Amino acid sequence: MRDKPYKPKTWKELPYATITDVPSTFNNTGTWRTVKPVIDYDKCISCMICWKFCPDVAISIVPNPKEGAKFDEVPKIDYFFCKGCGICAHECPVKAIDMVQEESK
Amino acid sequence: MKLTLTGNQSNAWGVKLARVQVVAAYPITPQTTIVEELAEFAANGELDTQYIKVESEHSAMAAVIAAENTGVRTYTASSSHGLALMHEMLHWAAGARLPIVMGAVNRAMGPPWNIWADHTDTISQRDTGWMQFYVESNQEVLDTIIQAYKVAESKDVMLPAMAIEDAFILSHTVETVEIPDQELVDEFLPPYDPPEYLNPKDPKGFGSLVMPDFYMEFRYLMYKAQEAARKRIREVTKEYAEIFGRDYHGLVEEYRTEDADVVMVGAGTMISTARDVVDKLRSEGHKIGLVKLRVFRPFPYEEIQEIAKRVEVMGVMDRSFTHGYGGAMFNEVKAAVYNTDARPKMKNYLIGIGGRDVTAKMLEDTFRNALKVREHGLDEEIMWVDLKGGE
Amino acid sequence: MIEIRFHGRGGQGAVVASKILADAAARENKDVQAFPFFGVERRGAPVTAFTKIDTKPIRNKAQIYEPDYVVVLDTSLLHLVDVTAGLKKGGWVLLNTPKRPEEFRDTIKKGNLATVDATQIAVRNRLGSATAPIVNTSILGALVRISDVVSIDTLVESVLAKSPVKKEENAKAAREAYDETIILEE
Repeated sequence: MRDKPYKPKTWKELPYATITDVPSTFNNTGTWRTVKPVIDYDKCISCMICWKFCPDVAISIVPNPKEGAKFDEVPKIDYFFCKGCGICAHECPVKAIDMVQEESK
Repeated sequence: MKLTLTGNQSNAWGVKLARVQVVAAYPITPQTTIVEELAEFAANGELDTQYIKVESEHSAMAAVIAAENTGVRTYTASSSHGLALMHEMLHWAAGARLPIVMGAVNRAMGPPWNIWADHTDTISQRDTGWMQFYVESNQEVLDTIIQAYKVAESKDVMLPAMAIEDAFILSHTVETVEIPDQELVDEFLPPYDPPEYLNPKDPKGFGSLVMPDFYMEFRYLMYKAQEAARKRIREVTKEYAEIFGRDYHGLVEEYRTEDADVVMVGAGTMISTARDVVDKLRSEGHKIGLVKLRVFRPFPYEEIQEIAKRVEVMGVMDRSFTHGYGGAMFNEVKAAVYNTDARPKMKNYLIGIGGRDVTAKMLEDTFRNALKVREHGLDEEIMWVDLKGGE
Repeated sequence: MIEIRFHGRGGQGAVVASKILADAAARENKDVQAFPFFGVERRGAPVTAFTKIDTKPIRNKAQIYEPDYVVVLDTSLLHLVDVTAGLKKGGWVLLNTPKRPEEFRDTIKKGNLATVDATQIAVRNRLGSATAPIVNTSILGALVRISDVVSIDTLVESVLAKSPVKKEENAKAAREAYDETIILEE
């Protein structure tokens, strides 16, 4: 697997078939997003239902950065991949995820 | 070792000698006995292969595509409507650059329903990217299967290939077949060594989307592969002749074309009978020869152009009907010559369609017709041979 | 080249007969071809099969139109098929029947005639069933008797090699038919 994206310029740089060693993790699907899920960690109960339902594996489980918090681990959204589909917000049992408009740049 | 085998048994023997690792096929007359024979080889342990039962020809091709992707040598066989059902997957096999080999038994397309020899089924798969070898004897069936793997699996080729035999005339006909020694075949055709294959330890993406910015370049690579195949077929046939003593002369075999004014071009079993006819006409003093289009894809344009320079008339016999304008082989032969200085008269003979028996007499009449073209010029471009009631 | 045409009905073994004969000739280093022409693939339907034998490589892939020998596995076909079509001058017609060849001279006007009761020989050797006997190995014994295309010993070798079951019974039937063939030369 390559460690950075790769763009061939001519047919000479192509593999003989459409077999790629460029992982799709380079694909910045976060740019497709118009609304953005934001987790309110005060409400979050670390049930990880959002992590389970994310269709794009854009949510991972990370150690809770807050010292002495109730939960050791919390979900974290990777905005490089998150397409803003809103499934996590829909599924959250305690309404801890808000879909907020992306700011115009 | 010499055995009396049908073309289909000979086909299965070729597969066995090539040590094919996965077989998936769906039965259809007249192909069925190939896979019956292979199933028996697999069941009695003569061939160490995984035999996958499938529910259609489309699935058969899908199964061998998946298997071939894991880096093993695979085989399937079909005919006529079965081959047509595979059509979508044929494109996939070639586009994914998988060197699958298929035994294709030429049978007419219906309706009218007909199970006999006719090349329309394989001609219809011309544009899928598969190489096509048309053979004339049971011995050539076996030898071609082995050669096809060698060509297909060449690193600069990596394209699938069809070894094509005429329904019944080969598939169900017993002939004497020399079975090559397994050790010699193993030496000639080492185990498949794929440049890439599905490997969990080295994950890669297979068959991914390619945008318009590079799709054409992948097609160009297939064009280069077909060009490379032309060279490889010549080399592999030569090497095979040196080891096994049977020479199929690469893509095109010429028979008694020396000093010929008229040559007849054709493919499949009609070529075998035509050799007798050429001998007869030669003995009468006619300067006539025969050109066997053994390989139709890649198209042997260089060989055809070279022959065209030497002759006054090229008669092209198509055992298929291409709706629209003339036979496919005729049109390609004619097209190959157009941008050269050679200007032989070209006439298309549609012959043996739907299994009409191509007799020596029928061929003799056809060849005499071509000799007449030399004397009196071209009367008509396309002729239906032995058409009841005439045109 | 020697050309043999078999007329039978689907299931009687005409196709297998054509192949066994080819195998035997190949054992005597001849070049061979054997193939069927199926009309419809149905038990009982008329079937034609062909065997070609030559000392030179056989290149002609067409069917046989001018046979040297015609083998009829079932005389009820005589009313359906012109079995003597294209028969070469001096050719032979071999019939599976309990009758003598003289009794067919009025129906089959050309060629040498031979008859053999292959059905009875097959039943006697328990080949197939009494209602559907497999007569092909018997009729081949008779064909070898009139034709000399291969020796009876080579034929028996092929019968033993190619019969899927009852090898010895098939071989015995071929030899008995060889001895029991009745000949009427033209």
